[in-house]
Amino acid sequence: MATQNTTKVARAMMAPSVIALLIWMIVPLAMTLYYSTLGYSLYNPISTPFVGLDNYTYFLTDPTFIAALTNTLVLVVGVLIITVGGGILIALLLDQDVYGVNVVRLLVIAPFFVMPTVAALVWKNMMMNPVYGVIGQAMSGLGLAPIDWMTDVPLTSIIIIVAWQWLPFATLILLTSLQSLSADQKEAAEMDGAGALSIFWYITLPHMSRAITVVVLIQTIFLLSIFAEILVTTNGGPGSQSTNITYLVYQQAISFGDIGAASAGGIVAVILANIVAIFLIKAIGKNLDA
Amino acid sequence: MGKIQLQSVTKAFGGVKVIPDLDLDIENGEFVVFVGPSGCGKSTLLRLIAGLEDTTSGTISIDGKDATHLPPAQRRLAMVFQSYALYPHMSVRKNIAFPLKMAGRNKQEIDKRVDNAAKILNLADYIDRRPGQLSGGQRQRVAIGRAIVREPAAFLFDEPLSNLDAALRVGMRLEISELHQRLKTTMIYVTHDQVEAMTMADKIVVLRAGNIEQVGSPLELYTKPRNTFVAGFIGSPKMNLMGGSDAKSHNADMIGVRPEHIDLSQSEGQWKGEVKVSEHLGSDTFLHVQTSDHSEPLTVRAGGEFPVHAGDTVYMTPQQDKIHRFDGKGLALR
Amino acid sequence: MARQVTKQRKIGMTVLAWAVGLLIFFPILWTFLTSFKTELTAISIPPQFMFFDWTTENYSTINSQANYFHFMANSIYLALGSTLLGLLFAIPAAWAMAFSPTPRTKDILLWMLSTKMLPAVGVYIPIYLLFINLGLLDSRFGLIVVLFLINLPIMVWMLYTYFKEIPVDILEAARMDGASLRQEITQVLTPMAVPGIASTVLLNVILAWNEAFWTLNLTTTDAAPLTAFIASYSSPQGNFYAKLSAASMLAIAPILVVGWFSQKQLVRGLTFGAVK
Repeated sequence: MATQNTTKVARAMMAPSVIALLIWMIVPLAMTLYYSTLGYSLYNPISTPFVGLDNYTYFLTDPTFIAALTNTLVLVVGVLIITVGGGILIALLLDQDVYGVNVVRLLVIAPFFVMPTVAALVWKNMMMNPVYGVIGQAMSGLGLAPIDWMTDVPLTSIIIIVAWQWLPFATLILLTSLQSLSADQKEAAEMDGAGALSIFWYITLPHMSRAITVVVLIQTIFLLSIFAEILVTTNGGPGSQSTNITYLVYQQAISFGDIGAASAGGIVAVILANIVAIFLIKAIGKNLDA
Repeated sequence: MGKIQLQSVTKAFGGVKVIPDLDLDIENGEFVVFVGPSGCGKSTLLRLIAGLEDTTSGTISIDGKDATHLPPAQRRLAMVFQSYALYPHMSVRKNIAFPLKMAGRNKQEIDKRVDNAAKILNLADYIDRRPGQLSGGQRQRVAIGRAIVREPAAFLFDEPLSNLDAALRVGMRLEISELHQRLKTTMIYVTHDQVEAMTMADKIVVLRAGNIEQVGSPLELYTKPRNTFVAGFIGSPKMNLMGGSDAKSHNADMIGVRPEHIDLSQSEGQWKGEVKVSEHLGSDTFLHVQTSDHSEPLTVRAGGEFPVHAGDTVYMTPQQDKIHRFDGKGLALR
Repeated sequence: MARQVTKQRKIGMTVLAWAVGLLIFFPILWTFLTSFKTELTAISIPPQFMFFDWTTENYSTINSQANYFHFMANSIYLALGSTLLGLLFAIPAAWAMAFSPTPRTKDILLWMLSTKMLPAVGVYIPIYLLFINLGLLDSRFGLIVVLFLINLPIMVWMLYTYFKEIPVDILEAARMDGASLRQEITQVLTPMAVPGIASTVLLNVILAWNEAFWTLNLTTTDAAPLTAFIASYSSPQGNFYAKLSAASMLAIAPILVVGWFSQKQLVRGLTFGAVK
């Protein structure tokens, strides 16, 4: 509903954002693609011969890559299970008639605002340190042998830290969705003879399905590129036990100075992210339009 | 001044022609009502005149000057929207002053004109409130106030009363009519309610699917509908339309008789039927009567205290000089 | 619900909810408490919960390290700078999409969302090299531009969903009233959009403040914000828990407060308007 004049103006107003994002997306991506075909080391930047797909062969056959790919998937899926599952339960709890529910909500969402480096260091040192950490001390107090989290179960540790950061996000969104469910519907189901469990299964959960898909989609986008938490806790180690794709590319570029291989890794990451994105957008497509 | 002419105006959204080809003259000072069922293109027509939509082809001229490609602000028209479209963050005073401020008028003049409009519309008591704190009727008045301060060439109203309750609607209808008497400015008013059209208009434009079915004074449309569509749309309750032998005896394919032009009797008449429903309005009683001659029940107006009930048998005779005759295409035979 | 919930049930739920809330909040609470301990108390076995000699010496130590404020200032610069730049681009774009939509508007919005799915490492190498060549490495300006770009899709989406709620009638009324496009935006649209813009600003400040890929990889000292400052504490073990805690509290406290105030708007911003 507009006149031609306003349409023209509208186009001009959209242009800066569209152009900025287009450049931001295409130029570096094209350059990454270009670098990925070069033998390009930061330590010898004068000679950058064309090497075809060698970098890809090198990157993809590197056993670390398979490990990093597995770690990336385990990290994403693990965090999703904890946050969505936990988020639903906590949302249901906070939807109840509870004294001081507003304060509890503030407590629950707080971790989301903690910057990743702080979250990772607080957990690494004050929670998970086997000697001085609260968890270690609690376990010792119970007569159990403390776990050296960062050495023995590095990936699990990172999953816990990241899940702690994202649980509030899932909870907040699922709670918002839950509270938009009209009481009428629940009452109608109750009149129809549904019990609490049936109401949850047939009314509440379907109502939340859209919010759940949104949570899964958005978290996946962010979780695929977890970086700071790994950098300040395990440095990807021990070995490559907690290296994900993002961290591997960073290592190739910064630690080894291998721009060619790192670029190939970057392209692989883009392809992986796109597979997930296409899959997810398809899965939620009808949900988002509704 | 406010003489508006539309010549061969068409409007298409994508491939859909909303207004195929339309000519219309609106004289200075006239109160013109566009009426028709929803989707007939009446609001689109108003928005074309306002300049909120581009015409696909044709010209719109205001006071003899081509305005087809002028932006809305330069057409010297003021519009009252169905939703009132008041600026929620501004007080009543600032809402009314807004068009004057945009025109760059000085402060004294703005104050004078706003106060004057507030007086005309009884807005003085809540001039400093925000729209959110006003009732529907009050918001309506503010929207009208915002329109009149501009002293426009013409006012455009887009179903302005449809969000008000029935009692307020009647009151506002009167106020708008009085405003027209006082200002004598051209007004174009869009509605789907034929009662509003009949009571307010100098000239009614009946639209269907973007085509003008008939233009005329309310009385012309009532007494001489050009076709069955206008005949059925104007007048309440609707005209009774019937074909068959009734029509043949009048040399027509279809005839129409308004409920108020049928005489009732409890003993004799042309048609005999059984009362299905009787609606008592106090001043009038409308009977819905099923006869054996007609497939649809006939609607008949009786006096306020005509003593019949559902199930009673009545006799009806149409007033011969009030019968409307139509041909096979639905056009009136004169 | 008009019915009374039984007292026992309500108390039970309350206890459970508070237990869960405190458990989730515990790491932050513990950091808060530790920041007021001496380094020795901080690592005492068994741990001291509340009953220790509270001291603010960690905070004064950090304050006396003049460079702490340097990092703090950088965080503020980056958050505000990228947000302002973002508003400059996003407001007109969202305005156009909301009020003059074309058949392609939805596609453009989805495409913008898709740029957000591009993993940072996919564009990291060229940006890094480009920054070296242009002398932008470790510069506030370069980082502001990057943060602006990564958050632009979210800003456009969020503003779009807010603008969508402003009735078109009102803008048309302004047009009829003789407002120019500029006046339409400054005098009618902007005041009505202020709440939405404010929420967008808050969310963007939070995201920029906590961003930890680009800020860690494109800075060393000059432009390094608090994320990088805290990361420097990850160096070898030592008795620095209390100071780490104090530094952490200073880094997260402002954003925690902002976040608590804007929790409602966050949902909408972070879900691209899909959940309200």
